[in-house]
Amino acid sequence: MANKIPRVPVREQDPLVRAHNFEEVCYGYNAEEAMLEATRCLHCKNPRCVSACPVGIKIPDFISHIVTGDFAAAAAVIAEDSSLPAVCGRVCPQETQCEGSCILGVKGEPVAIGKLERFVADTMHEAPAADTTPKAPAKGAVKVAVIGSGPAGLACASDLAKWGYDVTIFEALHKAGGVLEYGIPEFRLPKEKVLKHEIDAVRALGVKIETNVIIGRTITIDELMDNEGFKAVFVGTGAGLPKFMGIPGENLCGVFSANEFLTRNNLMKAFREDYLTPIHAGKKVCVVGGGNVAMDAARTALRLGADTTIVYRRTEVELPARREEVHHAKQEGIHFAMLTNPVEILGDEKGWVRALKCIRMELGEPDESGRRSPVPIEGSEFEIPTETVIMALGTSPNPLIAKTTDGLDTNRRGCLVADEAGATTRAGIFAGGDAVTGAATVILAMGAGRTAAAAIHKYLQGE
Amino acid sequence: MYEILTKEMLTPNICRMKVSAPRLAKSAKPGQFLIVRADEKGERIPLTISDYDTREGSVTIVTQPIGASTKDIVAFEPGECFSDVVGPLGLASDFMEIPLEELRKKRYIFIAGGVGTAPVYPQAKWLHSHGVHVEVIIGAKTKDLMIYEQEMSQVCDKLHLCTDDGSYGFHGLVTAMLEKLVADGAHYDQAVAIGPMIMMKFATLTCRKLGIPVIVSLNTLMVDGTGMCGACRVTVGGKTRFACVDGPEFDGYEVDFDEAMRRQGQYKTEEAATNEHHICRIGRGK
Repeated sequence: MANKIPRVPVREQDPLVRAHNFEEVCYGYNAEEAMLEATRCLHCKNPRCVSACPVGIKIPDFISHIVTGDFAAAAAVIAEDSSLPAVCGRVCPQETQCEGSCILGVKGEPVAIGKLERFVADTMHEAPAADTTPKAPAKGAVKVAVIGSGPAGLACASDLAKWGYDVTIFEALHKAGGVLEYGIPEFRLPKEKVLKHEIDAVRALGVKIETNVIIGRTITIDELMDNEGFKAVFVGTGAGLPKFMGIPGENLCGVFSANEFLTRNNLMKAFREDYLTPIHAGKKVCVVGGGNVAMDAARTALRLGADTTIVYRRTEVELPARREEVHHAKQEGIHFAMLTNPVEILGDEKGWVRALKCIRMELGEPDESGRRSPVPIEGSEFEIPTETVIMALGTSPNPLIAKTTDGLDTNRRGCLVADEAGATTRAGIFAGGDAVTGAATVILAMGAGRTAAAAIHKYLQGE
Repeated sequence: MYEILTKEMLTPNICRMKVSAPRLAKSAKPGQFLIVRADEKGERIPLTISDYDTREGSVTIVTQPIGASTKDIVAFEPGECFSDVVGPLGLASDFMEIPLEELRKKRYIFIAGGVGTAPVYPQAKWLHSHGVHVEVIIGAKTKDLMIYEQEMSQVCDKLHLCTDDGSYGFHGLVTAMLEKLVADGAHYDQAVAIGPMIMMKFATLTCRKLGIPVIVSLNTLMVDGTGMCGACRVTVGGKTRFACVDGPEFDGYEVDFDEAMRRQGQYKTEEAATNEHHICRIGRGK
């Protein structure tokens, strides 16, 4: 019978301290805490958490191994369905997935599934390293190219390598990881401690990662297939192009896309004294948007010393960010200007931002998505003085591959057209993740990568 | 990985390097650029491709050290390797799209300023080798800062040299040189100006006055160079464009140069601070 104790709280860095550093916010459970929390699971006959997980991790199974202290067995259960548990335990929106459907959540607090997953993954990282020398693929193994080393690409490559394929991942940037590297900040996903470990694990399977290769510029998909002997290609290039609002003043100095701001700080380590990358936050920053990227940008600006405000056109209830991130942002002292929409960015005589001109909004009728759409309140314009404006309005897929590959169709949003298994409109080319769906989550991309890996396997066997 | 094969100082302050990058060399075209990250802690620095050799698998870059990262780049010696070299980035020059027959009816004038002379070279070379009439103006502050005179003379029909101080060639700016050529009866169908932003602005004004269409190559700020960051936003014809993927070449008449110059200086304060504290690590047991 399950233990009827309240959810075991997780230890975190003090908000006032962490507002000034880039160390990880959440410390995670120790073994004792994890084992105690694990006893709360009811082991439902029809576990709703499993069906709510985009990759179907056998959650009650791995939790039962934590209860008995067999963490390696728990890790093995997770590994059957997920290749990035230390990442997903940290960045998945558990409240709308596994934990959101936990039966305990109906009356109280759901089992802390995310924290338990993270605990298992982190514990395995600390365990004495198994043999991590990369396995070389068998001679004559069929070559598969994976484009992009983000969650979709890493997951796809892992599965294919396990099945004996000779897999090469091509990455446009100088470092592997995609959005995990350039987008999600250190304080939410430590790069050396967590991400590097997960990528090394993929390399250990025999996957080669070639950085600094921009498919469509450095080499095309056709050249990879015709000249380099790749029999199939997976496109997991994500959604990397920033959106802007199209309001006056967006090209003033001091207006940045969240992508630029975060890439400078995460990939290029601008926050570290010993790196050369410059970054500009200033004393006051406004971040426009309400998703995880907006929270990340705001909390980064705060840590760089800026008084930071999130500007969002709906209310707090509609914020698309993970609940934990909103909570953490508030604890750290980020201001939230809700029902507020920018209409213009005002500059000084030198062409730098001086204020964000906004209009107040109210919620009107629900739109097709069921969300009540915000409507401007006429005559309610006002100015928020600020030095910096960061646009975190979402991203769209990079058109480069579609443009440089014949027969690869895209939809009107610029996303690659692919069926449920990941097959695109061209034989031998598969796709998944944000490149197909538009910006979504790490776990969905990972799931799509795995689905496509299975489809590639089937395709190549049928050949 | 990306070994420096040769290095020479073209002037006391301008450095030419040939770097091994086989994949890049194979696909590079005139007008495109690349990004160098000298070492782990350096920035990603966009540089124009000054030449490429498919057979040797090398690309040539010409750099003028301005900030800490460009200083680090030129501190590398042959035999050492850059951490990262990626490209080619951006679109190839417009003329690559024009049918040769039509191209051969045009007379091209390139207006090259300072370190911007280097990227003019592959363009002039391509056109010249395809039988298109090419003339080049190279402008420099003074004689000692003039680069690519020899190389350029091999790939154009006429080479015009000018210096701001009159120490070599025509005494005056590139704009005055162009006006003089036209006044003396020369006719050009297309101008291409590459150099400092301020030079491209004035070259464009002069071209407009003379009724010559002009293409400019914008050296904006960039991080990734693939359309991800938007640091390179420029207003062209009233619309926001990304220099990295929509350019780097644009119709000069349409470019908002004043905005582009302001945006280029965005990190000046931060960079000055870095420069002050920067201790060059290159060659110290890395």
